[in-house]
Amino acid sequence: MTAVHWIRRNLFATWLDGIVTLACAALVMRYLPPILDWALVNATWNGADRTDCAAGGACWVFVRVRFGQFMYGLYPPAQTWRVDVAAALLVGFVVPLLMNSAPYKKLFGFLTLVVFPPVGVWLLLGGLGLPVVETRDWGGLMLTVFMTVYAGICAFPLGVLMALGRQSRLPVIRTLSVVFIEFWRGVPIIAVIFLASILLPLILPAGVGVDRLVRAVVGLALVIAAYMAEAIRGGLQAIPKGQAEAAAALGLGYWRATWFIVLPQALRLSLPALANEFIALLKNTTLVLVVSLFDLLGIVHAALADPKWVGLTMEAYVFAGSIFWLACFGLSRWSAGLEKRLSAATKH
Amino acid sequence: MDEGRPALHAALPISRATAILRRFLYDARVRDWLAQLAVAGAIFLLLWFFVENASENMVKAGIASGFDFLWRTSGIDVPFRLFEYGPQDRNIDLLYVGIANTVLVSVLAMVFATVLGFAVGVARLSRNWLLSTFAGIYVEFVRNIPLLLFVFFWYFGVVRALPPPRASLDLGGIFFLNNRGLSIPTPEHAGPFGYVLAAFVLGFAAFLALRLWGAGRQAATGRPFPVVPAGLALVVALPGLAALAAGLSTPWNVPVLTGFNFRGGFALIPEFVALLFALVTYTAGFVAEIVRGGILAVSRGQTEAAASLGLRPGQILRLVVIPQAMRVMVPPMTSQYLNVLKNSSFGAAIAFPEIVSVFMGSALNNTGQAIEIIAIVLGIYLAVGLVVSAFMNWYNARIALVTR
Repeated sequence: MTAVHWIRRNLFATWLDGIVTLACAALVMRYLPPILDWALVNATWNGADRTDCAAGGACWVFVRVRFGQFMYGLYPPAQTWRVDVAAALLVGFVVPLLMNSAPYKKLFGFLTLVVFPPVGVWLLLGGLGLPVVETRDWGGLMLTVFMTVYAGICAFPLGVLMALGRQSRLPVIRTLSVVFIEFWRGVPIIAVIFLASILLPLILPAGVGVDRLVRAVVGLALVIAAYMAEAIRGGLQAIPKGQAEAAAALGLGYWRATWFIVLPQALRLSLPALANEFIALLKNTTLVLVVSLFDLLGIVHAALADPKWVGLTMEAYVFAGSIFWLACFGLSRWSAGLEKRLSAATKH
Repeated sequence: MDEGRPALHAALPISRATAILRRFLYDARVRDWLAQLAVAGAIFLLLWFFVENASENMVKAGIASGFDFLWRTSGIDVPFRLFEYGPQDRNIDLLYVGIANTVLVSVLAMVFATVLGFAVGVARLSRNWLLSTFAGIYVEFVRNIPLLLFVFFWYFGVVRALPPPRASLDLGGIFFLNNRGLSIPTPEHAGPFGYVLAAFVLGFAAFLALRLWGAGRQAATGRPFPVVPAGLALVVALPGLAALAAGLSTPWNVPVLTGFNFRGGFALIPEFVALLFALVTYTAGFVAEIVRGGILAVSRGQTEAAASLGLRPGQILRLVVIPQAMRVMVPPMTSQYLNVLKNSSFGAAIAFPEIVSVFMGSALNNTGQAIEIIAIVLGIYLAVGLVVSAFMNWYNARIALVTR
């Protein structure tokens, strides 16, 4: 098929198609060059302050000067290596889990879910030989990743339990699970973050201080656990009843049948849906802004208030947006690929 | 499952009482109830612990409890409201203002997001490569960016960056868009618009009757009745004419620039405009995927079979494809609509006076009655959510596949 054929078939099949194509092309010609001019051609990349941005395009100097803050918040610069080490550990543990062909999945799963959480907190917070960095100094991308990962890790076991509870034949357990899931799914996350930050200190014994960051993570985890439970329920429902019955026939009790037979299959099937919930969680961590925690978007937004850089709204949002976009898009591609593999594997 | 076990021990010399206890404890039904009792008990104890602490902490902090505060003066002004309200009014009136604003922005966002999402979803399936690529880029762009960024972008990046009222964008001489929001004209008298509603109800009833009669005639004579044009004429054109008549019969209050701001008409504040745009552009990306999935779920064989029966393309779409696609689309659309309702709370981040921001924010700061206020706000979301999902479930059951 020649190029002319292709164009005729895909762009000018009917006269209406032709008009649509021309209109689309006109839009591109009208708006793409100015955007490219602004973002790349006329943009200023090097410099020290606002006065260097005279070219009329985007002032990326702003992002460059503030880069450290956007990544680490007010974390002491001498200590940021700890954040880097924690991030490297996380990547080292998670990437083999995500790769289809990498071996030792169980080992890396154990490292991510059991070993990493305490080690990560120790590295970031300090103590035991490391100088302490209070959570109020945390911020930027580091805070976003921290909240996503820890809320996800806390929510996952709870979500599994709730999904199993919803499938339980015991009426009390089933009712409690349904109430938990539907309650947290029915209310806005922003309200839950408010709720956690106001109610947690109120319902714990006087004198037990709960860190603001912990409150936000608890709020996020409760909501995301409910959504994860629904994702996992989808996987559980896809497992034929015969699996659990065969396990029971072999003499396995409920917990062993669930742990060895049902859950491994159900979780594999629900991975794409779980990944989508994880993307939603990553996007929703931005809401901690309402309790004065400064995640990536929050800190970029706050930097706009600096009189030295006032008016650079677009630069700030484009920077924050592209980081979120890359992370979420990457995850969603991975999830879509996995879904394709899974459906191919179950079709035969 | 474990009922067989005591038998293994039967040979051992055990007392009768132990044997009975064992049989009791190994009974699956007894175990089920014991387990449930234990879980319920643990949760009860946990909640009791929380309540005890809360009441103790509240006494210490001197926080009042009860719902009396609802009838006290709120002292909070709200820049955007659909009915009369001022700081001298009660907290419960403030709650009504918040609910009205949440519902207004949610419903408008649902409508516009559905329209835009359908357009994008259909465009993504277009044979036109350029159009489907555009739609694909839009969907992938929108779905992978936090909604809060959309809200900030529309609010700080677009609406607040518009020119001041003196240099407003003039949309046809009656709508004015500027950094104070969107000024729209309002009718002096709302009375004539009652006829629009009446015309709609009348038209809808006539349409239903006509449809019934048309179906009957087709069954009897085989001559189809043009239901769609007739329906459009009755349900859309008739109320439209009534609206036109009503609009012409009453003088309009058109916004006019006086001094530094617009007078007259109704001003949609920047927060409202930005939140609405953010919700619509964001949600449309998700709706588009649902629409695409729904249409793709109808197998090609259906279209081909309908064509071989002699149905025209319009009929195929209306009678075969869309009803089946709807079946796939309704459940995910329900959760999207519920998401819009919940996401309208993002308005709190830009101080749009919706329910979370006026009640969990302002009123809570004033009264300090955290538990009551949180319970009210969450209760409202859960109640509205239940109503929406009940309606969508009813609709879903109506259109669901009936298997015999």
